[in-house]
Amino acid sequence: MDYASQLAMTLPEVILAVGSIVLMLVAAWGGPASTKAVSWAAVAVLAGALIALVGPATSGGEAFGGLYRADGFAGFAKVLIFIAAAVAIVMAPDFFARTAGDNLRPEYPVLILLSAAGMGMMVSAADLLTLYVGLELQSLSAYVLASFMRQDARSAEAGLKYFVLGALASGILLYGISLVYGFTGSTMFNEIAGAYAATPLTGDAKSYGLLFGLVFVFAGLAFKMSAVPFHMWTPDVYEGAPTPVTAFFASAPKVASVALGVRVAVEAMGPAEGQWRQIVIFAALASILLGAVAAIGQQNIKRLLAYSSINNVGFALIGLAAGTPEGVASVLNYMAIYIAMTLGSFLVVLQMRDHEGQPVETIASLSGLSRTRPGLAAALAIFMFSLAGIPPLFGFYAKFEVFYAAVQAGLFPLAVFGIAFSVIGAYYYLRVIKTMYFDEPVAEFGRGYALEGGLIAVAAVIVSPLGYLAIPLLSGWTLAAARALF
Amino acid sequence: MIQALAFYLFALVVLLSGAMTILSRNPVHSVLWLILAFFNAAGLMVLVGAEFIAMLLVIVYVGAVAVLFLFVVMMLDIDFAELRAGFVRYAALGLLLAVALVAEILIGVGAWSAGGIDLARRAAPTDAGVPNIEAIGQLLYTRYLFIFEGAGLVLLVAMIGAIVLTHRERSGSRYQNIARQNARRPQDATRNVRPEIGQGVQL
Repeated sequence: MDYASQLAMTLPEVILAVGSIVLMLVAAWGGPASTKAVSWAAVAVLAGALIALVGPATSGGEAFGGLYRADGFAGFAKVLIFIAAAVAIVMAPDFFARTAGDNLRPEYPVLILLSAAGMGMMVSAADLLTLYVGLELQSLSAYVLASFMRQDARSAEAGLKYFVLGALASGILLYGISLVYGFTGSTMFNEIAGAYAATPLTGDAKSYGLLFGLVFVFAGLAFKMSAVPFHMWTPDVYEGAPTPVTAFFASAPKVASVALGVRVAVEAMGPAEGQWRQIVIFAALASILLGAVAAIGQQNIKRLLAYSSINNVGFALIGLAAGTPEGVASVLNYMAIYIAMTLGSFLVVLQMRDHEGQPVETIASLSGLSRTRPGLAAALAIFMFSLAGIPPLFGFYAKFEVFYAAVQAGLFPLAVFGIAFSVIGAYYYLRVIKTMYFDEPVAEFGRGYALEGGLIAVAAVIVSPLGYLAIPLLSGWTLAAARALF
Repeated sequence: MIQALAFYLFALVVLLSGAMTILSRNPVHSVLWLILAFFNAAGLMVLVGAEFIAMLLVIVYVGAVAVLFLFVVMMLDIDFAELRAGFVRYAALGLLLAVALVAEILIGVGAWSAGGIDLARRAAPTDAGVPNIEAIGQLLYTRYLFIFEGAGLVLLVAMIGAIVLTHRERSGSRYQNIARQNARRPQDATRNVRPEIGQGVQL
């Protein structure tokens, strides 16, 4: 195959890579004054990458000798990733302008673009090498973004913690990759699947190498998606990182790592379904339980949302545990709705500022928000109810789909436990709503930024019962995307 | 025969010098032992027919990384007077290391020209006619081009990250402005005065 058609399949990543390099040069000569222009240009580059998804990038098949797969599954994940990355760029300038300390520098949008290119590689990976390089590109950008506020000790701590633990997780993942490569003789997903199908994984003659490889690969991926028991970094990093960066971490890389986990599970290790299902079920239930219980005592809204993201990854993994096309579709569906809920919540957190414009992060500061800022309180209430999975809202549909897929695959106990644990989770979401609606008002928040208000409104409309209108479109699209894997 | 001898020699020296790296009390000596270990590992690589990795080990690890280590170690608070005092005592050891390295190079080259060690089985057999530098190049720039470019982006991120996290504008620094220096004319910079006696000079 000639290079032109292969590049056409990787066009979104090519656009992001070239765009980020050009913008880096602009930033190098323009200095801090060019921040605004570079930010908007970066959003335009992401829009270009989004447009480039139409065509061979979502239907082309394999490129570069099977290293890269341009299919509907990758296309769907990339839509979510690029939108989330663009929102993370848009919400940054106002936050940094109002916060004392470091200013926004033009490297911020550039790093987000590079991270998005890495995530594109991750979700399109059809080879362990592409997987690893994409993952590192995403993670390395994320480590820098986490400590972007250099004057802030918490931000520096978040970056360092994320870096050290991320490096450990990469090591675990690489160890698994080397075992898988050693025992299957290939790094390509389809050949690995062949080797897993040909080798016994149970009984006396089972291949311990393949099993250990599978466990280590899943452990590394679980770290990246912050599933229990590899979640320890999440609350500290989410709390310490600047809020727009936290919003980014909770959205785009989450989608990328969950999509990557699904692809590895189904495409590379599909024949070992009985083996990885145990791991996925444990991670799902543990994430849901710990995400719910540990969040109860939190006073900081960013830490609360960190536990909420752990909790939500657990629900998404229930769909993966089903291991059917419907299950995978429900995972994609869950991530799409989760993105709207979580970005909306973080946009509301960005509005939490005192009179001097300094961000406040305690849940107590939301007291009486329904009287001081009724619109904002209503939006946050919608996001919280939706994250809790309360019926009329769209978050309920997301949870319904994953449990339905699990039940259809015969995993009744999993669905029962998942639903029971989700009730525990509802407690802390409702506590936020109670603080806003029933507590006495404290200091009023400063005024927000019109664009962020607009984005909150859009997210709230998507998550509200109006979102149900999108179900035919969404379910058709996710199912088509999921079928690309089977 | 000579290959097997060379293998055991290199392997033994790798193990010994590796042990000495962690056992020696003087950090400078540790780095020197480490260099010896790298050299012998390179010899092992030559024996299995991976001359490219052997060269990388010598050029990158010995040439760059170990020397960097040496610089870092020398930043440590070491009493150099004490070190110099031992020069004569250590000269023999240093000389011995140098002789060992030269001898190993000779043995390694001899063993290599006698043919590589037969490996039991290779997962991906390479064409014997293609030197492995060419083989790596072909893989890197054709089959794995996409990943190679991706790895390039990872390095770019590392560079941007290092600059973003550490670079700050230093206000108040005075830089040399060569254009301004050259544009300065003698008549602007100097003046001839003829002070009256007893009046002093006005600056």
